[in-house]
Amino acid sequence: MSRIAQRFASLRRAGRGALIPFLEAFDPDAATSAMLFRGLPAAGADLIEIGVPFTDPMADGPIIQAAGRRALRAGATLRGTLGMVRDFRAADRDTPVILMGYLNPILSYGPEPFARDAAAAGVDGLIVVDLPAEESDLLVPHANANGLDIIRLVAPTTDDARLPKVLQGSSGFVYYVSITGITGTRSASLSELAANVPRIRRLTDLPIAVGFGVKTPAQAAEVVSVADAAVVASSLIATLAAALDAGGRPLPGLVARVLADVRALAEGVRGARRAA
Amino acid sequence: MNEGPRTGPAGSNSLRNGPDARGRFGGFGGRFVAETLMPLVLDLERAYEEARHDPVFRFEMDYHLKHYVGRPSPLWHAARLSRALGGARVYFKRDELNHTGAHKINNCVGQILLARRMGKTRIIAETGAGQHGVAAATVSALFGLPCTVYMGTTDVERQKPNVFRMKLLGAEVSPVSAGAGTLKDAMNEALRDWVANVRDTYYLIGTVAGPHPYPMMVRDFQSVIGEEAKAQIREAEGRLPDVAVACIGGGSNAMGLFHPFLDDPEVRLIGVEAAGKGLDTGRNAASLSRGRPGVLHGNRTYLLQDDEGQIIEAHSISAGLDYPGVGPEHSWLHDLNRVEYVAATDEEALAAFQLCTRTEGIIPALEPAHALAHVAKIAPAMAADKIILMNLCGRGDKDIFTVAEHLGVTL
Repeated sequence: MSRIAQRFASLRRAGRGALIPFLEAFDPDAATSAMLFRGLPAAGADLIEIGVPFTDPMADGPIIQAAGRRALRAGATLRGTLGMVRDFRAADRDTPVILMGYLNPILSYGPEPFARDAAAAGVDGLIVVDLPAEESDLLVPHANANGLDIIRLVAPTTDDARLPKVLQGSSGFVYYVSITGITGTRSASLSELAANVPRIRRLTDLPIAVGFGVKTPAQAAEVVSVADAAVVASSLIATLAAALDAGGRPLPGLVARVLADVRALAEGVRGARRAA
Repeated sequence: MNEGPRTGPAGSNSLRNGPDARGRFGGFGGRFVAETLMPLVLDLERAYEEARHDPVFRFEMDYHLKHYVGRPSPLWHAARLSRALGGARVYFKRDELNHTGAHKINNCVGQILLARRMGKTRIIAETGAGQHGVAAATVSALFGLPCTVYMGTTDVERQKPNVFRMKLLGAEVSPVSAGAGTLKDAMNEALRDWVANVRDTYYLIGTVAGPHPYPMMVRDFQSVIGEEAKAQIREAEGRLPDVAVACIGGGSNAMGLFHPFLDDPEVRLIGVEAAGKGLDTGRNAASLSRGRPGVLHGNRTYLLQDDEGQIIEAHSISAGLDYPGVGPEHSWLHDLNRVEYVAATDEEALAAFQLCTRTEGIIPALEPAHALAHVAKIAPAMAADKIILMNLCGRGDKDIFTVAEHLGVTL
């Protein structure tokens, strides 16, 4: 059983949903970023998403775009991101790590060596934003051969006729993009989620995570009342960005401030009432 | 979904049958977009397939191309230029005489008619030089649809006349400061808008790039250039040209010129990329000469990128060529060696700009000035009975400020 499946199984036994924080690798620099990832599990992260910086993040809003620019300035590469996962994994054998990013750095690395090196580093799953089901034969065989889950995005525009095609070949969990829009902008209402999550649930046994626009502990709690996990990214990165000096260097207390946000989100998630 | 091969206009050995059902030209093209956009891209493909087989759509296209755009555009024997160069006879396909001053309007007419058919009520577009933005704003005004044009801040600065034209036409010009503030960044921002406004918005892409069906559709709409030119050169010379030349940014004017000639092996096809400060300076926009295949903006194609797969900012004096990618069909034709891809520097384009102005009384845009720079290199070595056909795809009024600055003139 994969680390992702194990984690969701144990959460199910505990009767609660998961918190998945997202931070960009190397943001604002390699050392601070590594400290943040290391601190996430104790702060209440059940799974961790690590963003792989790319020059042209077409699905991301201004907050994550800025994070990517800081990370690239700090020397972020896909290889370096895998190194960061390897260091994390040496200290934490249980928390699933998912890489989220865009296709071109993976193509440049080579899909096959990338899948091999990612699995060896301790990566559990991949979310590739610009790799829809129609194109995923490029990566899926290599991911499968190395035991990496391919986590697909499902959007409000993914209708019932298309949904089976997207779910086919998905593993780990399903990532429901709760709004039509970019990251860190508007938020879906509980009623929108309550209408859309069961639509996916009918067609898959995989856990369902909800992301894009989940910002506060209360929103995260709402999300896990209908879904299995809440992904929080832009609001954490906004806290991080507010703890930088004018030159983009971390101010004292940056790590503590971001982890405090994670703790509050985790409390929200853990206190949520689960739908029957 | 039709998963079989798309039947093209010619036989099975034709180079004109692409793309396949997955939107691929060989290993290039495809639909690399986020899931939110995927259903829209598939919808667009269906709508375009219906439209292109509908005589009513064809009639509306032809009507607007003739009476609004002013097609066919003339074919001009540039006799003084030819004499000045000494050698081949040079002909200009004069797409700079179209309404709005460039070839971009051909595609905009097609896509706005499609957008209306699809019931879309809002138009978005990206622009580099502003020629596509102006054309998109123009057809939006014609049909009374609101239009937002994304344009990099660097381009807003160097293409002020076009920014004002767009505003006069009622479009909202949205400056994009990310990256180098050029066409790539404008396209990112337009895609972000589209993903947030999926129900009512039509994304009017200006070049033969983006996810399938855009590269095919824009090529189809621009192929009127090559079809007309083919008939016109036959009438003027009784035969096809020896060489056809066009500049390449994303590559829409070149694809439009080349496509009808792809199955005529006697016609040498040459695409001219922007070499910027020089091909080996790292300051150019020559994705075919200096890039390698990757995925950006929905398609797999040659890209300027570093060893880590991060996209490198392009550079060209011409905002319309200042893009680190190229349409996927060009990448395919490059690998097949059916089209030769060369490059011209900023300096060479400036010299060609002045040559054209003084010998022919035509102020070309800096984009086709790159094509002319290459014509100036090859024409003198060709015999006097050889024919070069060049696409003069835009007029240069928009560029006079840039040119003045480079010539050290204060306006």
